Amino acid sequence: MAEPLIRIEGVCKRFGDFAAVDNVDLAIEEGEFFALLGPSGCGKTTLLRMLAGLEVPTEGRILIDGKDMEGIPPNKRPVNMVFQSYAVFPHMTVEQNVGYGLRIDGVAKDERAQRVQEALGLVKLDGFEKRKPDQLSGGQRQRVALARALVKRPRVLLLDEPLSALDAKLREAMRSELAIIQDKVGVTFVMVTHDQDEALAMACRCGVMNKGVLQQVATPSDLYEYPANRFVADFIGSVNLFEGKLVIDETSQALIEADGARVWVDHGVTGATGGTVWAALRPEKIELSHREEGGHRPPVAAGTPEGANMLAGTVRHYSYLGSETVYEIEAAGGRMIKVLRSNVRRYEDRGFDYDQPVWLSWSPQSPAVLLS
Amino acid sequence: MSTEQPWSRAKGPFAAVFTAPALWLLFFFLVPLAIIWAYSFGTTQGLTDIDINGTFSNYVRIADPVYIEVFVKSLWYAALTTFLCLVVGFPVALAITFSSDRQKVWLLLLIMLPFWTNLLVRTYALMAVLRTEGFVNDMLGWVGLGPWPLLHNNFAVVFGLVYVNLPFLVLPLYSALDRLDRSLLEASLDLGAGHIRTIFEVVVPLALPGILSGLLITFIPALGSYLTPDLLGGPDSQMIANVIERQFKRANDWPFGSALSFILMYLTFFAIAAQGLVAKRRKGLEQ
Ligand SMILES: Nc1ncnc2c1ncn2[C@@H]1O[C@H](COP(=O)(O)OP(=O)(O)O)[C@@H](O)[C@H]1O
Ligand SMILES: [Mg+2]
Repeated sequence: MAEPLIRIEGVCKRFGDFAAVDNVDLAIEEGEFFALLGPSGCGKTTLLRMLAGLEVPTEGRILIDGKDMEGIPPNKRPVNMVFQSYAVFPHMTVEQNVGYGLRIDGVAKDERAQRVQEALGLVKLDGFEKRKPDQLSGGQRQRVALARALVKRPRVLLLDEPLSALDAKLREAMRSELAIIQDKVGVTFVMVTHDQDEALAMACRCGVMNKGVLQQVATPSDLYEYPANRFVADFIGSVNLFEGKLVIDETSQALIEADGARVWVDHGVTGATGGTVWAALRPEKIELSHREEGGHRPPVAAGTPEGANMLAGTVRHYSYLGSETVYEIEAAGGRMIKVLRSNVRRYEDRGFDYDQPVWLSWSPQSPAVLLS
Repeated sequence: MSTEQPWSRAKGPFAAVFTAPALWLLFFFLVPLAIIWAYSFGTTQGLTDIDINGTFSNYVRIADPVYIEVFVKSLWYAALTTFLCLVVGFPVALAITFSSDRQKVWLLLLIMLPFWTNLLVRTYALMAVLRTEGFVNDMLGWVGLGPWPLLHNNFAVVFGLVYVNLPFLVLPLYSALDRLDRSLLEASLDLGAGHIRTIFEVVVPLALPGILSGLLITFIPALGSYLTPDLLGGPDSQMIANVIERQFKRANDWPFGSALSFILMYLTFFAIAAQGLVAKRRKGLEQ
C-alpha cells in the first residue's frame, strides 16, 4: 500500500504530568475526510495542533507526505487550519484575509487576486470582498477562515470543531457544503468534533478518542455496528449493555449469561479470556411485542438456547419524537432497556403505553460482544 | 441597553461619594491652577507682589529664541525618550506576554519594582553607575577602555529618562498585547508568516491603540521631567521644567514661570488631542 499522507506514530503530548494525547498511532490517506471524534477535553484539538505544528509532541513523530515534521514550524508545513474561533483578522477586509497567506508567500498580485476570487466563489462569498469581519455573521466569518486556508492549496486542511459555533439550521447546511467543498478541491480534510452525528455524516473514516487515547478508527458504519469497546459503543449512538460471562464460545455461536438475561450471538468471540464481557445491543435492534397472560411468545431464530435473546418487561416511559418513539422498558431485576421504534404507520392502534407488559426480543446477529 | 437607572440619578449616594473628591479637586487643583493662570497675565512688583494687569508680555517673552530652544529641546528629548522606550519596551512587553503565568507575575513585579523606590534615590543610584569612577567606567577600564564621560551631559539625561519612563510604556504595552487573541497569531503562523512578520502584520496593527496610548503616557511625563535633567544633565541639558523652576525660585519671576507652565500644559493637551484624533480616525476607518 502507498505511504499514507499523514502518519502519526506513538505520539504523546503531556502538559506537566497530564497526558492530553497518549500514544496515538494513526494513518490518514490522501483525499480522505477524516474525523477525530471524542468528548470535550479528550485531546482532539491538541492532536490537531500538533499536526499544524502549533504544539510539539512530547514523544513520537508525525510524518506528512513521508516527511518527518519534527522541528518544522507551522509556517513551513503543507497544512492549513480552520480555527475553532475562526481567527479571522479583524483589521483586514475579507479579501485581505483570504489573500494574506498568498501575500506572505509572495504570490504575484494578479494571480493572488484571481485565486482569492476563486476561493471566495468556492465558499459562496462573492461580493463580500471589501467587508470587515465585524460586518459578517458567524457563518460568513467561518467561510472566510475556510477560504483563507484553502486558497493556499494545502495538502491537508485541519478543521477544529468547524460547525460548533453555528446555529442548528446552518450547521446542517454546512455539513453537506463542507463535504461538497472537500469533494471539489480534493484536499485531505482532518476534522475535529465532539458531535457524533457530524462525524458520522461527514467523514469517510473516524477516529474516536477518549482521555487522550485513540479508541478505534473505522468507517462510520463500522464504528456503529462493530464498536471496539464500551466507550465507543456508548459514545456513538445509544446502547444497552449486558455485562456477563461467556458460557458458550464456539466458532459459530456464543452465549453470554448476564444478570437476568441471556444473550446469544451467531458467531464466536475472538480474544475472550474468560473474564467479564459485554453484549452491546442498539435500541433500534430490539423488537417490542405485547405480552399477555397465556399469550404467545414472539418467535426467535432457530437454535436459540432456552430463554435467550428475549426478556419480559414493562413500559416505564416513552418519548415520542415524531419519526420514532423511544421506550424505556424495565426488565426483570430492574434493568432498564432502551428500545427505539420507527413510527412507520399513522395512528397505530396497538401502540405501547405506560405500565404495559411487553416482550423484548432480538436476533442473534444484533448484539456486539465487547471485551472491554 | 440596561434599563437600570444611571448611577448619577441616585442623588444621595452620588453626593456622598463624589462631594469630597470634587471639593479636593476644586481647592487643591483647580483654584491653584486658576491662580497660576491669572499670574501668567501679570508683572512682578517688588519682591513679593504680583500685579495682575492682563498683560501678554510673559507669553511674548516665550517667543524669545532662548526659550523656544528649550521647548524644542524638551519636545525632542521627550520624543527620543519615548521612541527608545518603545524600542526597548516592546520586546520586553512581548516577552512578558508570552511567558508562563508564573513567570509573568515575577516579570511584572520586576517592571514595577522601581515605582516603589523614590525617584531621587534611583537617580542618585544611576549617577553612581554612570559617573567617571562609576560601575560602567570601572568595567570599561578592565577591558582597557574609557573612562567615558557618561554623566552630566545630554546622553545621561536621555539615558535617565528612558530608565525612569520605561515602566510607563511597558505596562500599557503589555496590557495591549496580552489582550490579543492568540489564535490570530497562530493563524498568521499557520498561513505561512514567520514570527517577525506576524508581529508587524498582526500584532502591531491590532495593538496599535494600546501602543499609542502607551506612547502618550510615556511622552507626557518625559516632557515635564525636572529631576532627571537637573541631576544627570550638564549645563546645556535644561528642559522646560528646569527653566520653570528657576523662574519661581532664583529669578523670582512668578508671572513668567506661570506663562511657561501654561504653555507646557497646552503642549500636553495638544499631544492628548492628537492621540485622541488618531484613535478616532482609526475607529472611523474600521467601520
Ligand atoms: N496548553 C495547555 N496547557 C495545559 N493543559 C492543556 C493545554 N492545552 C490543552 N490542555 C489540556 O489538555 C486536554 C485536552 O485538551 P484539548 O485537546 O483542547 O481537548 P478537546 O479539543 O478534545 O476538547 C484538556 O484537559 C486541556 O485542559
Ligand atoms: Mg477542542
